[in-house]
Amino acid sequence: MAGELICECRKRLASGFEVDAALRIPLAASPVTILFGPSGAGKTTLLRMLAGLDRPQSGQIAFRGKRWFDGAEGLELDPQQRRAAFLFQDYALFPHMTVRENVAYAAGRGRAEGLLVRFDLAELADRLPRAISGGQAQRVALVRALAAGPELLLLDEPLSALDEATRVRTRRELRRILLECRVPSVVVTHDRTEAIALGDWMAVMIDGRIRQVGPVEDVFRKPADAVVAGSVGVENVLLAEIVGREAGLVTLAVGERTLAAIDSGDAGPVHACIRAEDVGITRESGAAASTIRNRIPGVIRAVSVEGPLARIEMDCSFPLVALVTAQSAADLALAPGDAVAAVLKTTSVYVTAALQYAQ
Amino acid sequence: MDWQAIWLSLRLAFTTMVFLLVVGIPLAYWLTYSKRRWKFVVEAVVALPLVLPPTVLGFYILLAISPRSPLGILYGKLTGGMLPFSFGGLLVASVLYSLPFTVQPMTAGFGAVDRRLLEASWCLGISRPATFRRVVAPLARTSIATGAILSFAHTLGEFGVVLMVGGNIAGATRTVSISIYDQVQALDYSAAGATSAVLLGFSFAVLALVYSLQRKVWAVWPGN
Repeated sequence: MAGELICECRKRLASGFEVDAALRIPLAASPVTILFGPSGAGKTTLLRMLAGLDRPQSGQIAFRGKRWFDGAEGLELDPQQRRAAFLFQDYALFPHMTVRENVAYAAGRGRAEGLLVRFDLAELADRLPRAISGGQAQRVALVRALAAGPELLLLDEPLSALDEATRVRTRRELRRILLECRVPSVVVTHDRTEAIALGDWMAVMIDGRIRQVGPVEDVFRKPADAVVAGSVGVENVLLAEIVGREAGLVTLAVGERTLAAIDSGDAGPVHACIRAEDVGITRESGAAASTIRNRIPGVIRAVSVEGPLARIEMDCSFPLVALVTAQSAADLALAPGDAVAAVLKTTSVYVTAALQYAQ
Repeated sequence: MDWQAIWLSLRLAFTTMVFLLVVGIPLAYWLTYSKRRWKFVVEAVVALPLVLPPTVLGFYILLAISPRSPLGILYGKLTGGMLPFSFGGLLVASVLYSLPFTVQPMTAGFGAVDRRLLEASWCLGISRPATFRRVVAPLARTSIATGAILSFAHTLGEFGVVLMVGGNIAGATRTVSISIYDQVQALDYSAAGATSAVLLGFSFAVLALVYSLQRKVWAVWPGN
């Protein structure tokens, strides 16, 4: 299953907006690649060019050594020849067909029956798409795509049509299915929690261009530049283990420390995501009277002033980045080597499941 | 009543409908989905019979199918016959004359099918013709039926084009509308009245059917 997805393509839209995207995705290392960026960055256009639904004006696309598009030679494979199934934002289920017929659309009845049972859709098999919920529709669309035996899955904002509660549950399930099916996938999203929960590899797209590519945690921890940092927004993505659960709260073990967070219902290994601006720093030791539950001792490694803000990098047995005002950093005379404590509210720690890829 | 003319008209209308389904569906598909810049030219040509006087259309068709025209020579070689003043000639004229009545409802129907459904199907590896058959045609079936029924009804009622191209030969080209005109000219008002009533009743029934079909679409597929 080795190989790469190589895409270097340009397309100027009628509005004058230009997509000029260059990226390479190592498929073996990254079962799920996130194409991340703000709305209007050209993510969907890029996904459609990969699928063969939009034609780039120039450039080339190759998948596992096979050329899908080459502008110089005028080579362009049809969507049918690429075998890259596309999941639309609103799922595009065929409204005149039952769930069973949708799944069997490109697979045949026999194979469809097995998939319906395997993905827990047997009870819905005879319903029409308008009689099932959004989360179910999403699963049907995914199973319909898998039934066709694709080599690549392209998902355009797969969770955006769902309500908040369904989204969290579906997110976990989606990650599980994407790992189990062993088909590499590219998922478009503008939601950083989704990116962390779903992805292994991540490409950040801003204003029509790919600004950074790499493993998800690296992109969050080490944004290539200030624009990427501003768009990804979460500097701290920490691998954690749930060690306690009580009254709607969970206790997370991160490195040698523990953190309290709101219980998201996830189990097993999780990611704890903390925005740098949510982290405060104090020199007071001991338990001061405060509503803040998380108080993590650590040592300052670096202080860099960026305009009105100061970026403090700490070692708390795990790396933690805080963003405070330059004024307060000066008032506390924060300097590398100082022993301080990071403080953060329970509600600032976002927990998402961290299903690992079984090689 | 001129049963021979009524029978001829029904035969002509049915054959025209079949031909128009064969020609009209691909044409409407192309008009709906093509991104060619000069598509509007084809759209205008298809719509011409709506505004041209039937005599003008008939005149050009007569020129185009005359035994000395390329089309006429080809037809002569293939069948040994001539198109003008024959059932074949009437058929050519009727197909052209009713083209917009078939194509326009179909283009509207195909256009109303969410394009993403087609794209989803293509990305699942299903060819364009198969996607049309399995997704577009079922979802636009009432539009296709409307186009077919309208072409049938319109052919049944045509007069000017038929007169120009077919003349007035009993059993070969005398359609029901020409028969009515003859009856009026001969001051046979009772026969003309009877035949007209048949045509009126039939046309009303057809239009009522078309509108009821469309009503059903809205009830079954809300928001589609």
